[in-house]
Amino acid sequence: MNALATAVAAEANAVPKALFDWKPLALLAAVVLLALPLIGSPSTWLTLTAAGVAMGMIVFIIASGLTLVFGLMDVLNFGHGVFIALGAFVATSVIGGASGWAEGSSAAQIAIVFAAMFAAMAVAAAVGWAFERVIVRPVYGLHLKQILITMGGMIVGEEIIKVVWGPQQVPLPLPEALRGSYLLGDAAIERYRVLAMVIGAVVFAAMAWTLARTKIGLLIRAGVQDREMVESLGYRIRRLFVGVFVAGSALAGLGGVLWGLYQQNVTPQIGAQVNVLLFIVIIIGGLGSTLGCFIGALLVGLMANYTGFLAPKVALFSNIGLMVAVLLWRPQGLYPVTNR
Amino acid sequence: MTAPILELSAVQTHIGAYHILHGVDLQVPAGQVTMLLGRNGAGKTTTLRTIMGLWPASGGELRFQGHSIKGLATPDIAAKGIAYVPEAMGIFTDLTVQENMVLAARAARHAGELDRQRLDWIFSLFPALKKFWLYPAGKLSGGQKQMLAVARAIVEPRALILIDEPSKGLAPSIIQNLIMAFNELKRQQTTILLVEQNFHMARSLGDRVAVMDNGRVVHAGAMRELADDDAMQQRLLGLSLGVHQ
Repeated sequence: MNALATAVAAEANAVPKALFDWKPLALLAAVVLLALPLIGSPSTWLTLTAAGVAMGMIVFIIASGLTLVFGLMDVLNFGHGVFIALGAFVATSVIGGASGWAEGSSAAQIAIVFAAMFAAMAVAAAVGWAFERVIVRPVYGLHLKQILITMGGMIVGEEIIKVVWGPQQVPLPLPEALRGSYLLGDAAIERYRVLAMVIGAVVFAAMAWTLARTKIGLLIRAGVQDREMVESLGYRIRRLFVGVFVAGSALAGLGGVLWGLYQQNVTPQIGAQVNVLLFIVIIIGGLGSTLGCFIGALLVGLMANYTGFLAPKVALFSNIGLMVAVLLWRPQGLYPVTNR
Repeated sequence: MTAPILELSAVQTHIGAYHILHGVDLQVPAGQVTMLLGRNGAGKTTTLRTIMGLWPASGGELRFQGHSIKGLATPDIAAKGIAYVPEAMGIFTDLTVQENMVLAARAARHAGELDRQRLDWIFSLFPALKKFWLYPAGKLSGGQKQMLAVARAIVEPRALILIDEPSKGLAPSIIQNLIMAFNELKRQQTTILLVEQNFHMARSLGDRVAVMDNGRVVHAGAMRELADDDAMQQRLLGLSLGVHQ
């Protein structure tokens, strides 16, 4: 704590602190706990919970950039899915190109997976930069055109992916080192899901630290609320937006690798398939809210796994039902961003 | 009148299909408080926003410290030393008071780099900000938010401060507090262009006055002349300062 904060601490302590809104976190805990008696078996419940959290983490990684892009510049980017597909296909090339990787040591296999992640992020970031300049920039402030042109951009992107990698489904098998499960009593938790959880937690922690502790983060949070005022204070919000767009694209590329490995195959339509899920997550969380996006993604991941086990026919609609329920409770989402 | 720090000549502004400013001529002398008065819809807020580049001027010329600022982007205009306090205050309500101040201080990367001496001066003007330093700005009262909005504008030395209707919707005691703070800024030779509907505040603070009507400045002169002339007030503003004590 800086000297000034210390100096005013005594006085500030006399002021009642604003309470953190715990209700969305309580909702998450309630969903997890309520699932236990419904599922019955604690080991099955633990396995499903771990799978749901892993799925939620991957969805969060992909959606976090999308929610910031919307929050910061009011841009509805329906083309976000193309970065997911791009990341996943780059991973197929990197992993496929490392011939004999499956026979290498565990460390080598994991190193190749991480190399694929970094390559996917780099390519998605570069394409994201071009996407912002060519497709998004001409339609700032024009929502209908944003939807049309970004969807068009995604279709074009998918076709380019088909030209480069072919139209067929491409396998993206997990390396030996990430197959198998950890056993906790009778519960089996897949190694790869643990890795996805760890990566998701690291991304969330890095993002939370950047937003809370750095001036760039402060500018992003302020820009989400009132970008005109940020500009009036002398900051170029457009540059900030390009940076966020590029970072969001890179995260979508990373998410694409994780999603592809999760499904163990990749199609050019992988992004379009996830797109609806992404918008459900950022709407549930509150447009522009990173914490809301995180909680929303976990809720979506858990609901998909619990309902998939309890009532497979309902699972198809569970996320829509979740969104309706959350919006009936909080029409602006779990953590609404003020001024929006 | 001292040399103008800001000069507007025949400034025109269109917002979409609407022609709002029809040739504004305005001079803001350095080190003084210039009041911008006029009826609702006269173009006062549009004038401030045009100076900041938030709405681009479609004609005329804007010169700040002798250099044209027409066509510059808002961040470039702010970087020249112009601070803006909008009518809606522009407080980042999800950020703490401290974070709002750090953002306003472009040279500071974090609270520890804020100019402590200047901050103490600001706390002497607005003690509530010290009390609520680590508190989310959205939880402040309307008056406290206005204090924060003004404090942000003065957290670093600025050549010119544009303030849009700071007394709007505030209790008389808070308005009095703001008048005291603005008087302190006057003593420090801060140049202010202040849009205000509260005539008591306008008369207390203003050195110069410009009255707008229908997108033009229809009168400019010393505030005292207008304050002392009931007939002029009636003609220009449709009412008399004498009845707004």
